[in-house]
Amino acid sequence: MKMVLRGNMATAYAAKLAKVEVIPAYPITPSTLFPEKISEFVANGELKCQFVKCESEHSAMSACIGASAAGARVATATSSQGLALMHEVLFIAAGMRLPIVMAVGNRALSAPINIWCDHQDTIAERDSGWLQFYAEKNQETLDLMLMAFKICEDHRVLLPAMVGMDAFVLTHTMECVEIPEQEEVDKFLPPYKPVYKIDVNNPMTFGAFSSPDNYMEFRYATQLAIENSVKVIDEVFAEFEQKFGRKYQRVVPFMVEDAEVVFVTIGSMTGTAKEAVRKLRSEGKKVGLIKITAYRPFPADLLRKYLRKARIVVVFERNISLGYGGAVYPEIVSVFANTGKRPKIYDFIIGLGGRDIVVEDIIKGYEMAVKAADEGREEFIEWIGVRKEDIEVIK
Amino acid sequence: MNEESLFAPGHTACAGCGATIALRLLLAAAGKNTIVCQATGCMEVVSTGYPNTAWKVPYIHVAFENAAAVASGIDAALKAKGEREGKNIIAIGGDGGTYDIGFQALSGMLERGHDVLYVCYDNEAYMNTGIQRSSSTPYGASTTTSPPGKFSIGEDTVKKPLAEIVAAHRPSYVATASVGYYADFQNKVKKALSKKGPSFILVYAPCPTGWRTPSEKSIEIAKLAVDTGYLILWEMENGDRNTLKVTKMPPKPRKPVVEFLKVQGRFRHLMNKPEELKKIQEFVDAECKRYGVD
Repeated sequence: MKMVLRGNMATAYAAKLAKVEVIPAYPITPSTLFPEKISEFVANGELKCQFVKCESEHSAMSACIGASAAGARVATATSSQGLALMHEVLFIAAGMRLPIVMAVGNRALSAPINIWCDHQDTIAERDSGWLQFYAEKNQETLDLMLMAFKICEDHRVLLPAMVGMDAFVLTHTMECVEIPEQEEVDKFLPPYKPVYKIDVNNPMTFGAFSSPDNYMEFRYATQLAIENSVKVIDEVFAEFEQKFGRKYQRVVPFMVEDAEVVFVTIGSMTGTAKEAVRKLRSEGKKVGLIKITAYRPFPADLLRKYLRKARIVVVFERNISLGYGGAVYPEIVSVFANTGKRPKIYDFIIGLGGRDIVVEDIIKGYEMAVKAADEGREEFIEWIGVRKEDIEVIK
Repeated sequence: MNEESLFAPGHTACAGCGATIALRLLLAAAGKNTIVCQATGCMEVVSTGYPNTAWKVPYIHVAFENAAAVASGIDAALKAKGEREGKNIIAIGGDGGTYDIGFQALSGMLERGHDVLYVCYDNEAYMNTGIQRSSSTPYGASTTTSPPGKFSIGEDTVKKPLAEIVAAHRPSYVATASVGYYADFQNKVKKALSKKGPSFILVYAPCPTGWRTPSEKSIEIAKLAVDTGYLILWEMENGDRNTLKVTKMPPKPRKPVVEFLKVQGRFRHLMNKPEELKKIQEFVDAECKRYGVD
């Protein structure tokens, strides 16, 4: 069935199709439509789940942890400050190996307060042990949510995952979305079977105190699990394509075969960047693009494969690791750390706080990167679209 | 006391720890069909040192401020799975995790009406981090962040009336208890668990380390708190003030509060300050009057 849906709605439909049993949530713009739609499903009897109307995001994630540890399939949604408020418990969800799935409407962090699109919120949580997926369009928000349950609940993984969707660009924008049949989803995603759970007939202690003598082993085990997820993600993506006909990859190449300059993008800016690629190609320039769909686990293997032949790699990112540059850039650089021949890699901070990203911005980035490469520039982190003249510098 | 030992010996708590006594009494009253959800604090640290555990019931610890929220999630999950019947869910926190950092989560749990018993073991300071004051620390007490000095009497605010604040949420059951009167505490646990919906018990649990008292005196001091009227043991059902009942009357005449204070090192600096002792006695008298103890 096809429906015209906002991204938020699509993730709510995904939770319904996944037959999620517990949804603790605290609304925050721009992901409020998720708990609203879920509460409507529950009110109408379309979804039999316990909707826990929490008093904060911290408690929402805490309730997710309790419910997941008790063996239920669990989902929630949040954004920005809400995700930041969950920060502490995100690490606990991963450390306790709980397959919670969360839709995140990617939004800028305060201050100044801003409700628009920016990847800073999820990027800041990249070290939490959560798998991270980013959607380019609304169909992907639904599909990635569904697949996230299957990946996370796989006994080789048992980790939580967040599915990022750009604030307003996806969360509130209507697009045609194919909603899979419940029967088909049931075949793809059977009920969650935990390895361990809270059970009075088999008492176990969860969340124990750990000393220097064993803490590292727990962390290493979690690292192994997220490494294992690479194989599981590939398998689940392949199975999804076979069952539903839509192809997903951890990293999606676009016209990179012969490309001399390759863009790297995340999320909805990919569509704009593809337009730029087409335009530059029409001018005879050999340009391609790589979209990162799965950012954690970091797809170093695929990035190395797709970017190695390029002369220049241009990273566009909607986040800033203050005191350095974009957070994704050094990770792309690290892909080539021990290789001989490597591309020049340049970084652009773009579209922060919902500032529009247009085709001309991408082309401007292309031109600046090519010029920098020709000049042999080494350090390169630039901002696109910022009005430097508006800034009062404190001297 | 007949008890099935669901909180095993071998944990690493200090000798005379009032909180571990509270846990043993609590579990013995609740029985084995119980899920425990505990806040970070002394009791989690001493009982779950991996790879050991003192818990013979399913147990989960998540963080300092969210035991009530985690318990809410467990309640929801078991309801969703049709597995809720016949099980107790008990959230446990110290005064730090309950009066202060976890207060919001507790309020949320109460307001949403989860079928959870929240037990706060109250030792009147952050004992796990080294005896810093909490909003439960009483007036005049010396802690590492409310030290007495030339310009300080020790803690300069009065204890937050948490059980009353909880009562204002109109839970199914709310009570105060003391490890010194264990039958009263256990009866309250059973009563709380027999009711649907949220319930709350504040159990007074001496901390020999933080209160600077001899280990063997914990029970005696927990009783003195009640016998001097410093701690009033009461219960209330369904948020109805007409059901408010004091369950353990102090002896008549009530012992002076100095009897309770003078055995504790945390109040030693008050002993040569009769005007301060008088002030504390007046607090206690007023509270006893308010609760109809006198």
